[in-house]
Amino acid sequence: MEHIVSVENLSKDYETGFWKKKKVRALDGLSLSVSEGQIFGFLGGNGAGKTTTIKLLMRLLYPTEGSASILGQPIDSVSMHRQIGYCPENPYFYDYLTPVELFDYFGRLFDLDASKRKAKTGELLTKVGLEERDWKKQLRKFSKGMLQRVGLAQSLINEPRIVFLDEPMSGLDPIGRREIRELIAELPSKGTAVFMSTHILSDAEALCDEVAILSRGKLAAAGKLHDLLAESNDQPRFEIVVAGADAAKLRISIPNATEIEQRSGDTLVIANRDSDIEGILRAARDAGGSLISINPIRRSLEDLFVAQTKTD
Amino acid sequence: MTEPLSAGNPFKRVLAIAGNTFREAIRDRVLYNLVVFVLLIVACAILLGELTNGQEARTIVNIGLNALLIFGTFIAIFVGVGLVSKEIEKRTVFNIFSKPVGRGEFVTGKFLGLCLTLLVNTFVMGLGVSLALIYVNNSSLALSIWPAIFLIFFELMITTAVAIMFSSFSTPALSALLTFFVFIIGHLSSSLRDLASGLSSRMASLFLETVYFLLPNLALFSFRTEAANELVPTASMLGYAVLYSTFYCVVLLTIAIIIFSRRNFK
Ligand SMILES: Nc1ncnc2c1ncn2[C@@H]1O[C@H](COP(=O)(O)OP(=O)(O)OP(=O)(O)O)[C@@H](O)[C@H]1O
Ligand SMILES: [Mg+2]
Repeated sequence: MEHIVSVENLSKDYETGFWKKKKVRALDGLSLSVSEGQIFGFLGGNGAGKTTTIKLLMRLLYPTEGSASILGQPIDSVSMHRQIGYCPENPYFYDYLTPVELFDYFGRLFDLDASKRKAKTGELLTKVGLEERDWKKQLRKFSKGMLQRVGLAQSLINEPRIVFLDEPMSGLDPIGRREIRELIAELPSKGTAVFMSTHILSDAEALCDEVAILSRGKLAAAGKLHDLLAESNDQPRFEIVVAGADAAKLRISIPNATEIEQRSGDTLVIANRDSDIEGILRAARDAGGSLISINPIRRSLEDLFVAQTKTD
Repeated sequence: MTEPLSAGNPFKRVLAIAGNTFREAIRDRVLYNLVVFVLLIVACAILLGELTNGQEARTIVNIGLNALLIFGTFIAIFVGVGLVSKEIEKRTVFNIFSKPVGRGEFVTGKFLGLCLTLLVNTFVMGLGVSLALIYVNNSSLALSIWPAIFLIFFELMITTAVAIMFSSFSTPALSALLTFFVFIIGHLSSSLRDLASGLSSRMASLFLETVYFLLPNLALFSFRTEAANELVPTASMLGYAVLYSTFYCVVLLTIAIIIFSRRNFK
């Protein structure tokens, strides 16, 4: 498979302060590549550098170091932008325009002819679930979630080969989130790859084929979501629930169990290895408890995320 | 994968941007100043018509054309300094530059959009003055003032380009102030040169000469008093003014584009 985005050692310093210019490194030597036809999740906590990276790719910012290419073209190529789409974080549009006028304007910037512009407007606004009575309302009267929908729709106006979405679910209600999730999920089958930043891990888990996790401007982990989770699952842990045993007593008799937790009537014990299970069960029985359940714990993206972005 | 992508048609994009800029000006009620202007001219015509001391037509032209220049300059400065900076501040540039739009195309489109606004504004105001002149029975003057109006428009283009140039690197408020200074000094620039030749200090006269050379000579576009006296500019004066304005705008916009192209949109 070919790479449609490749980023090489990309760094960005922001200059702050008026007199004494201080440099803040927001992105530090990022390298990654995205293959065609997939949904790529770009994860990281607040301030990790996700927006900075996407803005560098959209040539809204200029890199301090490094380079990147999209569709095999350097990112400063203007014509390459004919084949990509972008929805910024908290998108904002000309508030004196209506969605229909906005789409017509943007369609012109892509050289679409009048009939195509009209067709795309109707198609996309319907798809993102914007009600028809709002199509001719000025955007200044739109709520945050409605603007987010317009933002997503406009990023697809040119049927891009890849679309960059910065937090596409933010500001959406639960139903909207589900609708947009479905919309994004079907994009690759229509020839549009997706590069999306998010910190909603359930969305990433449901949608993404590959992810990169960014932490304080540096790449912390990258690869197929499946592989990353399997890797962190190669030493399975177990959750043992016991009834009728006192947690305090167990804590003395099971020294190597890392976590013991009292939960209403029951006690929860985490076994870090399967060889620990025997000992835990024996101790529980000795303390007068009975076994309720033993379950393997599959690490989720959330655990992976927390582990990778923890302060080191 | 690396097949060359067609760049599309930059002229269409510039026109689309200009069209949207014009639409924004309309929706921001920039043209409402016309109402004030028309009221002013109507009041003049009626008041002066009652006095009828033979000077009424001349006075209408004087007041009308000066008001036209001042109103237009206000729009050129205050809308001009916000053209680009407002889009940066409101983050609408994010959507524009992620699309196949060059920074130069954007600045050029914004400039042309405001020029179109000023053209409509100038034309309607000119029409107002003409009608007022017809009202006071001077239809020959109603026609002969148009070359002077035409010159005012070309001066407004320069003011717009100056405003855009300053706003490409400074704040809107400072840009407005600086543009206003250029407007004032630009009108005095020939006296500046006279002053320079009269100075004994070489440094000071060199400085004034440089200022004279760099700043636009807006006196070239002033034909308002002459027009009131029923004079008409020669074709060569008009031609020279048009060339001068075009050249100046191209230089100023080029500077603005070079600076704007290097900007990060944080
Ligand atoms: N305009 C700016 N000037 C100075 N520093 C900035 C600027 N924008 C971002 N930063 C800094 O750069 C770092 C990365 O910010 P960025 O917006 O890329 O994070 P993010 O991953 O998108 O976060 P979030 O999830 O909150 O959107 C942060 O430390 C932030 O403080
Ligand atoms: Mg962000």
